[in-house]
Amino acid sequence: MSDFSHLRKNLKKDYSKFTEIKVAVLGDSATQLLVTALKGQAYENQLNLDVFEADYDQIPLQINNSSSDFHAFQSDYALIFQSSQKLLSQFNKTEIGRRKYWAEIQVNQIKEYYDKIKSHSSKTRLIVFNLPIVNDSIFGNYSNKVEISFSFQLRKFNYLLSVLSVDLTDIHICDLASMQSNLGLEKFLNTSMYYNNSMVLSLDVLPIVAKNTLDIISAGEGKFKKCLILDLDNTMWGGVIGDDGVENIQIGSLGIGSAFSELQTWAKELNNRGIILAVCSKNTESIAKEPFETHPDMVLRLYDFAVFVANWENKADNIRYIQRVLNIGFDSMVFLDDNPFERNIVRENLPDVTVPELPEDPVEYLTYLRGQNLFETMSFSFEDKERTKKYQVEAKRVEIKEKHTDEESFLRSLEMKCAVANFTTFNIPRVAQLTQRSNQFNLRTKRYSEEEIQRIQKSENHIGLAFSLEDKFGDYGLISVVILEKRNHNELFIDTWLMSCRVLKRGVEKFVLSTIVEQANELDIKLISGEYIPTVKNDLVRNHFSDLEFKSHDFDLWSLNLNEFSDKQTFIQKQQNDERFN
Amino acid sequence: MNFPTNKHLFKNSKMTRDLIKVELDIVFRDVLDDDSISLSDSTVAEDIEEWDSINHIQLVVQIEKRYKIRFKAAEIQSWENIGEIIDSIIRKLE
Repeated sequence: MSDFSHLRKNLKKDYSKFTEIKVAVLGDSATQLLVTALKGQAYENQLNLDVFEADYDQIPLQINNSSSDFHAFQSDYALIFQSSQKLLSQFNKTEIGRRKYWAEIQVNQIKEYYDKIKSHSSKTRLIVFNLPIVNDSIFGNYSNKVEISFSFQLRKFNYLLSVLSVDLTDIHICDLASMQSNLGLEKFLNTSMYYNNSMVLSLDVLPIVAKNTLDIISAGEGKFKKCLILDLDNTMWGGVIGDDGVENIQIGSLGIGSAFSELQTWAKELNNRGIILAVCSKNTESIAKEPFETHPDMVLRLYDFAVFVANWENKADNIRYIQRVLNIGFDSMVFLDDNPFERNIVRENLPDVTVPELPEDPVEYLTYLRGQNLFETMSFSFEDKERTKKYQVEAKRVEIKEKHTDEESFLRSLEMKCAVANFTTFNIPRVAQLTQRSNQFNLRTKRYSEEEIQRIQKSENHIGLAFSLEDKFGDYGLISVVILEKRNHNELFIDTWLMSCRVLKRGVEKFVLSTIVEQANELDIKLISGEYIPTVKNDLVRNHFSDLEFKSHDFDLWSLNLNEFSDKQTFIQKQQNDERFN
Repeated sequence: MNFPTNKHLFKNSKMTRDLIKVELDIVFRDVLDDDSISLSDSTVAEDIEEWDSINHIQLVVQIEKRYKIRFKAAEIQSWENIGEIIDSIIRKLE
């Protein structure tokens, strides 16, 4: 974690190659140092923040006034930073009879802010800081039983805010309450800064708050971790399996074995949430696998891993291999290893891989890792849980592919079936998630929140298409999303066309194009147009439109005249829509 | 460089004040990002362009960290010049 002066010095560095994000900061306390910390942390997250900072204590003023500078700024993210300290003085002015409803009124206020902000700028996402618990010691511990006490209402506020954010998916919460409970109020608040300068976060805490905020923003911009790569000896269990033997490694409920068990449980829970697990260990493969197969106290089992690499090669090369199999970016990988030498080799060769500097004592691993907030996300769908299975199936496909000498017989042998659906309540979370996380096969890289996808679903000018693919090995689930926009009755513009890289080279693009053409025919539209917006990551689809015989206009604008279109052969069968999803 | 906080080594002398001033130069140069800063007892905020109220907060925290001391809020507000900051530091260390 960077300290404040390090972040401040970042401000002098060159941000020009980073994506620019517009962030508005609205606070009820002085936020100048918070803004400095956010901008400095943005360098670490490779983002370039364009910040609008409202004057002190102007939250309602800026939001309620339609012609305010805040609304004119049209932020990508609006930060609402209220503080327990300021709210306490407001609470104390509330008449006793109404204190019972204080949290509800405050959360309602947030809801009103949200509606107001959205009505001016639908793209803006809110990041609301929840409230650290301050016990004003009017009731002592008894405050937990008294509805009109401040700490009771603070807890209720945090709970109701979370409930609100479940429905309004564009409200994100920066969990200041957890940060304070980890660090303690004394470290959190510098009282002299508070009384002299109206600032509620100490210089030591600002970098932590800034990092958590930027983690949320990064996740919103599609930068987040997808895979956890684990070393084994002295990382997943105590001891060296090759020397000590399976019966002597430390794992299970006794002594420090339980530290390793808890770490494994953590990895397992991440896996349940959709983080892919892989092993990268210097070991003989059969010996490395033995504990997973035979040791009764192991939490993780072989089926939890998408890729298992145990050999005596260089770990950087092994991680490159894992990357090829999984086909995800190095910047979405985290590598855990107790050995500083191995960590450095990976850092030097693969600087994009995140390599936490694990503490020396294994009992500290888990607390340390939890504090790093490595796996921030902006969405969760239950399909995430199935990811490991998909990658394991993919490994089988790779095997089969090597047996077939020609492409056509391979594709034919897969017996692919594709289902096409419009956007529905069932697929919207996953559709939004794909728009947020697809980087490579993504023509325009437009990120959409669930709410925006819902609007597109209801819009008369848009058609949303979601494609799911299965083959004889298994179900890929939702793999491609297309959003079409009707323009002037005679043109159908491809606003979004993205595809999961797991189904590259299966002919899905041709299948999707046929579906787009069908849609155009139904509307009696003769022209389909599209655009390629180059990014650092989507070079893969540079020739996408020319490959599909679109004609180029200027630069990256393309169009297809349906009078000249002929259907391409694919080996994908169209599946009748499942009734449940319509 | 660590300041001798051990009591019998500590004296409020010109040498002590000079030593603190040298250390404050380092803190100020770092926080205000200006290597040309050279403080004297009579230096005031108006003399140094970057020394505004926001940077002042960071200066105070850095000085507190360096000497492992804590200033009173009223004390911080009372300072008129560098000499008075040095007085405060010495009072805490005595």
